[in-house]
Amino acid sequence: MKPQDLATGAENTWCPGCGNFAILNAIKPVLADLDEEGLIPVENVVMVSGIGCHAKIADYVNANSFYAVHGRTIPVATGIKLANPDLTVICFAGDGDAYAEGLDHLIFAAKRNVDITTIIHDNRVYGLTTGQYTPTSPSGFKGRSTPSGLEVPPINPLEIVFASGGTFVGRGYSHGIDLLKDIFRSAILHRGFSFVDVLQVCVTFFNMYDYYNQRVYPLEDHDPLDRARAQEEMKEWDYNSDGPIPLGVFFKKDAATFGDNFKKFNSRKTDLEASIRKTLEGYI
Amino acid sequence: MDESSVLIGGKAGDGITEAGMIIARLFNKLGYCLYQYLDYPSLIRGGHNFAIIRAAEKKVGAHRDEVDYLLALNQDAIDLHKWRLKENSIVIYDSDEVKSPSMEGIGLPFKTFAEEAKAPKIARNVGLIGAFAGAAGIEEEVVEEVLRKEVPKSVDENLEVARRGRQGIEGREGMKVERRSYPCCPVVTGNELLALGLLRGGLDAYVAYPMTPSSGILHFLAKVADEFSIKVVHPENEIAVILMAQGFAYAGKKVALGTSGGGFCLMAEGMSLAGMAEMPLVVVLSQRPGPSTGVPTYTAQSDLHFAMNAGQGEFPHLVVAPGDAEQAFCWSATIVGLAWKYQIPGILLSDKTLSETAYSFNIEEARDVPDIKPVIWDGGGEYERYAPGDDGISPLAFPPRPGAVVKANSYSHLASGITTEDPREIETVQDKLLRKEEGLRREVERLASVRTYGDGGSSTALLCWGSNKGVSAELGEELGLRVVQPVVLNPFPANRFREALRGVDRTVSVETNSTGQLARLIRYHGFEADDSILKYDGRPFSVDDLESRLKEVAI
Repeated sequence: MKPQDLATGAENTWCPGCGNFAILNAIKPVLADLDEEGLIPVENVVMVSGIGCHAKIADYVNANSFYAVHGRTIPVATGIKLANPDLTVICFAGDGDAYAEGLDHLIFAAKRNVDITTIIHDNRVYGLTTGQYTPTSPSGFKGRSTPSGLEVPPINPLEIVFASGGTFVGRGYSHGIDLLKDIFRSAILHRGFSFVDVLQVCVTFFNMYDYYNQRVYPLEDHDPLDRARAQEEMKEWDYNSDGPIPLGVFFKKDAATFGDNFKKFNSRKTDLEASIRKTLEGYI
Repeated sequence: MDESSVLIGGKAGDGITEAGMIIARLFNKLGYCLYQYLDYPSLIRGGHNFAIIRAAEKKVGAHRDEVDYLLALNQDAIDLHKWRLKENSIVIYDSDEVKSPSMEGIGLPFKTFAEEAKAPKIARNVGLIGAFAGAAGIEEEVVEEVLRKEVPKSVDENLEVARRGRQGIEGREGMKVERRSYPCCPVVTGNELLALGLLRGGLDAYVAYPMTPSSGILHFLAKVADEFSIKVVHPENEIAVILMAQGFAYAGKKVALGTSGGGFCLMAEGMSLAGMAEMPLVVVLSQRPGPSTGVPTYTAQSDLHFAMNAGQGEFPHLVVAPGDAEQAFCWSATIVGLAWKYQIPGILLSDKTLSETAYSFNIEEARDVPDIKPVIWDGGGEYERYAPGDDGISPLAFPPRPGAVVKANSYSHLASGITTEDPREIETVQDKLLRKEEGLRREVERLASVRTYGDGGSSTALLCWGSNKGVSAELGEELGLRVVQPVVLNPFPANRFREALRGVDRTVSVETNSTGQLARLIRYHGFEADDSILKYDGRPFSVDDLESRLKEVAI
């Protein structure tokens, strides 16, 4: 399996220079490698996307996918994982998608520690609806719904997921594909709820390349098992101040995952009617 | 006496539901068919709760206003229900609670009995049952057998309370409950029957957020989940419920979800997604009075058109409204098959009356579950999730399946599942959905989707749907009227309906809503309801209610 085997015939309609290409070009080799190495056969992968520019990734990768609706990647992914724990389920969601429309699902997925991966294409602006603020846009952001500047500060999604119980918290950037690939690979291989916020630049509505290039740095000498350190690093940049902006895996923890206690389906009843009759006897 | 009605009433927290079930099981042991109506306000403690247990030697599906026994745990239970008493009715009450009985009755100190027997205070209800059984001549062994099975703890203490109740009544016995010969059947709530039917249909998973009156399904399935090897999930809200369910469906697991109108509002986007992405789902929608919070613990049939139209865009909506215990079981099994064959969301429309009433359920009368199978990919050629197939049905494959890439999509899509905005392709997708609806319509016409009761030769027909089937069928029988009940409401089985109405020159629709939703639906298909009898006070029709309303329209 080569990354190019994962291409589809769909025409790519992202703007030239769009940060989504970096995510696409990072995920394909990661999936191809995992398949090659016999770790995760590609037919066991299911991609779930929301609605927005990011979500087109479902059309661009020749793998199982569920192109869902805005804000709802996580519940769909959770259902797929519970239905068949052998599947590797990866959500691709936008910042409006995961932090506005579907924030409740993100918090609950982290709280449950369901064994799925969520990659956020965080461009900090609504692209497909042509330029409004999102929950991670900086205060003062002049969007089409806030022409005189956004009054409120952004949320820090890493802290939200961490506080909610997520067991893998990372941040990537759409420049520097090797680091992005490393983060994706460890997120997918982590057992539990893995969360990666990718600073993905929208060249058309919020071009932050220069800003980020001056401020990002990879976490070094950092032990993601060190909870207190992890939290400090997450607080280093609040999505509003001027950085510096650490990238990498902030936090990791082994913990029980949601659905561990569910019985497998293989004990399926062969004679349903007999089981039903037996249950009914209790009601006489 | 061919039938008896017993009312037991008290405050929430007095164990009225449990006491009602115990009384129902006593009658069950004596060869009666049971119908238990439960009435309670939306609160945890206090208020007024009551159950009416109607026991008859023939099949019954509604309660009567009059009662033979009124069993009162407090003053309200007497004051609010004395209008139900007949000349020879017997009132038994807790004299520790009822200080000024407004009528003659037998007062016994049940609270004291419970204290003396070192039983919990709630055992007052068991004392009342003991007294009732004594008054009705029900043998002590029968009472003991039922209590041993039904009382969760302190059984011996409870039996002692029952014994004291029985002793207290000695010498004041009333109408004896004779043994009859109705087969001894399980007494099961509609919600439990809907759940058992789903299991019979091959359910793998149930997802729900609690909402009255659908929660009984969630509780029952959570309890039997291990036994039936199913997964039961209670997520963060109804939006997550219907989306999570689609994850199960995508991975090939038969899934159902349950809610009431308010939760179903949140599910509208998920309904539309299931329509477009072609995800098979069964949604149990148990109605209660709206708009909005409305009256949470009471009944209504006001969401029919909402169910038929939920979600943006045009896609097939299957809506089935079972009306009694056997239909609840058979149709919830059947709808799983239909949802999977046509890859659509199917709505099982219930209401508080059907969901929370307890019925005698005879599984021998519920064997009519057609074997409807999904179309599964045979592994040949390149897999396309939305390949055009017979009747618009695409063969299904579920990951992981080497050689098949399964792409589901909420956008208008090509056969491969990849997004399209091409004008011809957009029409192809829409035509495919409509072809599925047409196939479904033909299949529904082949099933027993319209039922008739009462006098098939009568030229006057009562038209009813859902839980009003029971009361309508009983009166149809008694008054010599034809009763026609469409069980499938969408796609509407117009041919079967026409056939059922052959020779009818007058129709009266019976509905628990304020606008006549069935009447409106049949008008669209070219039929007319000459009169509508509507009730929208949150309470179901009693037999007496409907009988007097029929007289008003000169029947």
